[in-house]
Amino acid sequence: MTAGLRVEGVRVSLGGTPVLDGVDLEVGPQESVALLGPSGVGKSTLLRVVAGLVEPDAGRVLRDGVDITALPAHERRIGLVFQDAVLFPHRDVAGNVGYGLEVGGASAGERRVEVARLLALVDLDGYGDRDVSTLSGGQAQRVALARALAPRPTLLLLDEPFGALDRELRDRLGGEVRALLRDLGVPALHVTHDPHEAELVADRVVRLVPGPRGARLAGAARRTQ
Amino acid sequence: MRPPSGAAFAVVPVVFVGLFFAWPLVTVLVRGLSPAGLDVLESALTWRVLEFTTVQAVLSTALTLLVGMPAAYVTSRLSFPGRRSVVALLTVPFVLPTVVVGTAFRALLPASWSGTLGAILLAHVFFNLAVVVRVVGGTWRHLDDRYEQAARSLGAAPWTAFRTVTWPLLRPAVLAASALVFLFTFTSFGVVLVLGGPTTTTLEVEIYRRTVALFDLAGAATLCLVQVVAVLLVLLVAGRLQRRLAVTQRLARADVSPHRATSRGDRALLALVVALSVLVTLPLLALVRRSLRVGDRWGLDWWAALGREGTTTRDVAAWESVRVSLEYAVAAVVIAVVVGGLAACAIAYVRRGHDVLDSALTLPLGTSAVTVGFGLLITFSRAPFDLRGSWIIVPIGQALVAIPLVVRTVLPVLRSLDPRLREVAATLGASPARSWRTIDLPVLSRALGVGAGFAAAVSLGEFGATSFLARTTSPTLPVAIGRLMERPGEANVGQAAALSVVLVVVTAAAVLVTERLRTPGTGSL
Repeated sequence: MTAGLRVEGVRVSLGGTPVLDGVDLEVGPQESVALLGPSGVGKSTLLRVVAGLVEPDAGRVLRDGVDITALPAHERRIGLVFQDAVLFPHRDVAGNVGYGLEVGGASAGERRVEVARLLALVDLDGYGDRDVSTLSGGQAQRVALARALAPRPTLLLLDEPFGALDRELRDRLGGEVRALLRDLGVPALHVTHDPHEAELVADRVVRLVPGPRGARLAGAARRTQ
Repeated sequence: MRPPSGAAFAVVPVVFVGLFFAWPLVTVLVRGLSPAGLDVLESALTWRVLEFTTVQAVLSTALTLLVGMPAAYVTSRLSFPGRRSVVALLTVPFVLPTVVVGTAFRALLPASWSGTLGAILLAHVFFNLAVVVRVVGGTWRHLDDRYEQAARSLGAAPWTAFRTVTWPLLRPAVLAASALVFLFTFTSFGVVLVLGGPTTTTLEVEIYRRTVALFDLAGAATLCLVQVVAVLLVLLVAGRLQRRLAVTQRLARADVSPHRATSRGDRALLALVVALSVLVTLPLLALVRRSLRVGDRWGLDWWAALGREGTTTRDVAAWESVRVSLEYAVAAVVIAVVVGGLAACAIAYVRRGHDVLDSALTLPLGTSAVTVGFGLLITFSRAPFDLRGSWIIVPIGQALVAIPLVVRTVLPVLRSLDPRLREVAATLGASPARSWRTIDLPVLSRALGVGAGFAAAVSLGEFGATSFLARTTSPTLPVAIGRLMERPGEANVGQAAALSVVLVVVTAAAVLVTERLRTPGTGSL
């Protein structure tokens, strides 16, 4: 049995266009992997396959050796953070962070304690009742991170989470997120098209390169630690 | 950064609505509050009519939502072959004139259904389905699907994700659609006039009956007031709810690409909605059949009769009403788009009292077409404003009915515009006027295109107001159909069916032209 996430021979085409052409990928327990590649190559599609939001035409997704390809998204406990946060506009900050706990059946009291803890974790103590439309880009991204961490995911997927932020903030937040995930022991698969960001957030960088029948993972994965 | 001044936009709509709506309404008010008019409130019949009007409107709205929500979902979020045809089929009934809907259901349903609540409900669901598909589906299509994906990744099952994320974001649109359907069915005239019976009659039909059959203008005026008050209440409640539910959300950058129906639930809904789109063709097919059925044989007798003088009115061939209808429609669309577009901007931009302005400018929507026509009739029938002999009074009446639709189409679009866009434009050196032209107008023009389509359809099929205002020598198509349906006998119903087919074709042509105009990229208007 292999611990961690394993993607085997995943092939996807969307609307007749081949996107992924037999992708193999591993993310070890507590490992942070950056998935690097040009825009539109299919990085986000691969994330959605892992999250269970896109069904692959072929191939498998395994967690700790167990095939989870057919497991619906909401039963996977795999968190997802989007580029521009995608906070629920009809809920305040606490309502966003507590969402996963709420649908998981946590009581209001438990949620309050947990939300406060998570907000402290991302340096947003006391922001619970803020309207999400009043947050800055960096704050929104921290809330999105706290929201994704709340249901205690076994793996966190980050889809260019700092793409919309400026360089300085991106560097700072990138370092913080990496440290935070390491402390929490949450493995992460981090999509980016920026090699600098990839170095910053990940233990290991893999490349997705376009091919005639969809994108494939390029060889030579590189350890940075 | 302030949005453009609302007051500047408000001038034309306020003057227009004041002159052609408020003043006639005051005339109705004075007439309706006279002792002769108030007598009508003592009649038990009046209260029975009001009760039936409300009950059928509530039931019609609930049923329309029940059928319309799956249709809105399937047509906005699923990709399947023939999607455009399904949307077209589901939308067509709404552009059908109410008189035609009534005539078609008379042709479709067995005689035993005549005058029943069931017949009226079926016709109302058929007619209003498009409101839910358009209003809710339009919002659904723009709803960023990553909200639901985020919810799923946080542990929400599909139904939970819908209930906790998608539904709250759709709620304002669902409420808007429900309010529209309720108002349309509460003020339903043409459908009920043709399909209703002695115990199944609405306030509208009762007003018409009092005016035309009993010549009780005061009593009719009082019933108009009852109508106005009831509708005002509904509008206020809906407006308040809508503001409470409104959520500032980003629209998806482009239409969210629809997905294929892969889950079992999606496939079941798809099958249901495709079946529904086939069902809605039945009344129209029944109409065509009726126009070609002469006794026990097939024939063109009813069609041939349309060209003869004196079919509907002395010296006028029924065909003549086609030209009359088209001329009025052009004038009504121009008036409705200009006045309605300005009104929507005014409501969106004023900083204070926008709810008052909103209610005031969209009141003609709830005020039944019959009240609009009745008010214009008793107001502009004497000096110095005797417009009875002038053709313009008809398109004015039709535009009054269409303006609220234009406002309701444009306003949500303007309101959903992120105010920061204007701030961005200002910081880039755009004057308020320029910022309006470059930020608001592009968004606006597409919505106005849709509004123009609604206005054309309304004008061509308008029956309530027009039946009070049209000169006897130049009836519009719906008025001509209405006159035929009022008379007994197979020949009249056959000709009414034939003329209905003509009206359907003309209306469909007008709507198709508008649809083409608003194709993305070619701009509109």
